[in-house]
Amino acid sequence: MTSASQTRTPADGALAPPAGLRPGARAASRRAETRRKWYEIIGLTTPAVLIYVLFVLVPMGFAFYYSLFRWRGVGPPTEYVGFRNYTLAFQDPIFLDALRNNAIIVFGSLLIQGPVALGIALLLNRRFRGRSAFRLLVFVPYVLAEVTVGIMWKLILTDGGTLDALLRSVGLGGLVQAWLADLDVVIWTLLFVLTWKYVGFAIILLLAGLSNVPPELNEAAEIDGASWWQIQRHVTLPLLGPTIRIWMFLSMIGSLQVFDMVWVTSVPAVRSLGASATMATYMVDNGFFARLWGYGNAVAVILFAISFVAALLFQRFLLSRDIEGAITRKGK
Amino acid sequence: MTVAVNSVPAPSPGRRPVQWSSPLTYAIALAVAAVSIAPVVYVIVGGFRTTPQIVNDPAGLPDPWVWDNYYRVLTQSDFWRQAFNSAVIALGTTLGVVVLGMAAAFVLARYSFRGREWLYTFFTLGLLFPAGAAILPLYLLLRDLSLINSYYAVILPQVAFSLPLTIVILRPFLSAIPRELEDAAAIDGAGRLGFLWRIVLPLSRPAIVTVGILAFVASWNAFLLPLLVLGDVNLHTLPLGVQNFSSQYTTDTAGVLAFTSLAMLPALLFFTLAEKQIVGGLQGAVKG
Repeated sequence: MTSASQTRTPADGALAPPAGLRPGARAASRRAETRRKWYEIIGLTTPAVLIYVLFVLVPMGFAFYYSLFRWRGVGPPTEYVGFRNYTLAFQDPIFLDALRNNAIIVFGSLLIQGPVALGIALLLNRRFRGRSAFRLLVFVPYVLAEVTVGIMWKLILTDGGTLDALLRSVGLGGLVQAWLADLDVVIWTLLFVLTWKYVGFAIILLLAGLSNVPPELNEAAEIDGASWWQIQRHVTLPLLGPTIRIWMFLSMIGSLQVFDMVWVTSVPAVRSLGASATMATYMVDNGFFARLWGYGNAVAVILFAISFVAALLFQRFLLSRDIEGAITRKGK
Repeated sequence: MTVAVNSVPAPSPGRRPVQWSSPLTYAIALAVAAVSIAPVVYVIVGGFRTTPQIVNDPAGLPDPWVWDNYYRVLTQSDFWRQAFNSAVIALGTTLGVVVLGMAAAFVLARYSFRGREWLYTFFTLGLLFPAGAAILPLYLLLRDLSLINSYYAVILPQVAFSLPLTIVILRPFLSAIPRELEDAAAIDGAGRLGFLWRIVLPLSRPAIVTVGILAFVASWNAFLLPLLVLGDVNLHTLPLGVQNFSSQYTTDTAGVLAFTSLAMLPALLFFTLAEKQIVGGLQGAVKG
């Protein structure tokens, strides 16, 4: 809640009643003013509050309620089963595969994109001709829809497709795989495609963070005889901490929710065997398409709970430092 | 929440003259840019080939170049209707987010009243509710409201889920508008609403543009929500169209390439025009 501290608000009664009125009239006009202020507050916030409550908070509440029933989605749910849907989910090997795949994507994204983006950003953290064109190009994958990117890579990676042809033409035909159909390979292929799509985002964020590091610090360190590596390690990186941690946070939450890319890129059969399923695709496959609404909602609650706990833990242990940093930096 | 907040950054001051840098910098920049863009170029160029060409030599160049695929997609498919649907939904979402978010953020920034911080926290809580996890109950709710198969079924939830971040970005921006301006407006006889309309709105244009663009791009690319709530083919958006086209015409690789390229085009154009705001918005949302 960093912004609360810096919020300046006008005091009440910015429109002071003209002096010289009788005290009673003054009090009455102040009361009218207060009433009008509340009308404005209520009038301006109500639409946002209503739509937010109705479409964000209410559905999550209902998800929990529905998850306690066996329900095909027709009529009101009646067959109460308690927490059986939850135990069923954790006994289903396909769901456990989905959990594992989400874990691979979360940690794979952090461990691959993080160092790659950091290295590239540090090396490119200087003004060079064509920098803005570079930014534009690197950002393209991030701006395209996940669906479009998924279809695109599906065409490239298909059996006997472009990638296979390229590999064969440079004599690496031995590496050719059934990239999207081999049950042991597909999740790594998906991780690669997700990395391709999102690493540019990390680079841009880190470059933006780097542009906030005052160059005087680097110059001072240079004058003191620090090597390029020492400067990065001891000056730049610590100052980049908040940006890195916020990127990690966004990446983690996004990886837990990943759906579009997996849905369009991998064949349903491969997904249904668990090789490429994620929690979100598992939820939609079972809840929406197989019409197991109670069960699907239980998976939704699990997905939500995992994201929520991950977000809270992350905030508690990593982001709390950034709040201090943000407040102290306000002083400049 | 900590995904806060420093309004929209000003363009960095041109402190040093642009210079030619070391060859290493260029080599890296070129390599990274090439990796980012090569698959996209491949798809666009592939749209100019024929399917037999592609089957014979998947990695080759068009020989000869054919316009037929693009022509076919633009004249025979549902491309235009889907682009229209995407545009209506994205514009509706953007409008809703900006109007509702601005109204709420204005109150949270410029009024002092009991429960204000509580209300702000209440909104920021929404940052922890990912739309993906709520999709099944959301579908059921929209079904009970008889909104399935309408633009509203996509617009309303998208507005709701964009509000928290919008308010988090807008509030500090609105708070930073100097108190003196408000006093001056009051002296000139403008109430707080007049102040909002005549002074705050024009002043916050950069922040509004940022918030609007983030909402527009998110809506334009959305897939999961439309997939569930827009069963009617006539209401399908472009991402649904791309998915359908590619699974419907699996053997027509060239056609799929052309359709995919054309679906990318609006996003690419829009992004080229608005790149500064998108990057600026992300930067603003991330600066601690």
